[in-house]
Amino acid sequence: MKLTRRHTLMMAVGSAVAALMPVRTFAAVEDEIAAFTGGAEIGSDGITLIAPEIAENGNTVPIEVDAPGAEAIIVFAAGNPTPSVATFTFGALAASQSAATRIRLAGTQDVIAIARMPDGSFVQASQEVKVTIGGCGG
Amino acid sequence: MAENVKPRVRVPRDATAGEEITIKTLISHPMESGQRKDGDGNVIPRSIINRFTCTFNGETVIDVTLEPAISTNPYFEFQAVVPETGTFEFTWYDDDGDVYTDSKEITVG
Repeated sequence: MKLTRRHTLMMAVGSAVAALMPVRTFAAVEDEIAAFTGGAEIGSDGITLIAPEIAENGNTVPIEVDAPGAEAIIVFAAGNPTPSVATFTFGALAASQSAATRIRLAGTQDVIAIARMPDGSFVQASQEVKVTIGGCGG
Repeated sequence: MAENVKPRVRVPRDATAGEEITIKTLISHPMESGQRKDGDGNVIPRSIINRFTCTFNGETVIDVTLEPAISTNPYFEFQAVVPETGTFEFTWYDDDGDVYTDSKEITVG
């Protein structure tokens, strides 16, 4: 292949796009977190996220969130095609602000849980889950 | 509509006033994420349950918004306070407009 100026330019654009890709998925999570918190500062005390360190099957990964006193807890999977997973809103009759469910993970990634407290502050916990078989089909 | 959708709920039969009980719910549903493709490479359209609520005598216990990242046969486990004898109502909202419900009575002795 003869390397013309046009080819060089196209290759440069291509590699720039490739380099931006991971940044963009990361930004998607940041955007969704900002949409939930309104850009407020996020603390780290008072929330527990229980997830397995290694999940053999990404189709059903058991997770548990617990944030005493929280109004709502939102869960994100940073590496999924759509990062948001679920939002738990607790009512007056919830005995504890905790819940357990099973989620899908596309691959090894961080699972993030953020709780909104009644005073308007936010706390966050995250854990990396290693996934052997992804859970998004293909 | 999703076929063979069957809710299963586990609530203790009786409790003491103010007791904290654990509720487990499971509903059979494919939770098609909208990410998968069929044999011909066409995207299978999204079809999930997008909301689940639990109330006791009309008061909210928990209200969950579900995204496609929730596994097939969505399972939830949570705690509730039982102030008096009454009924827990469980409601699941499907993308296609269907609503599945289940209820369990509990007696405060």
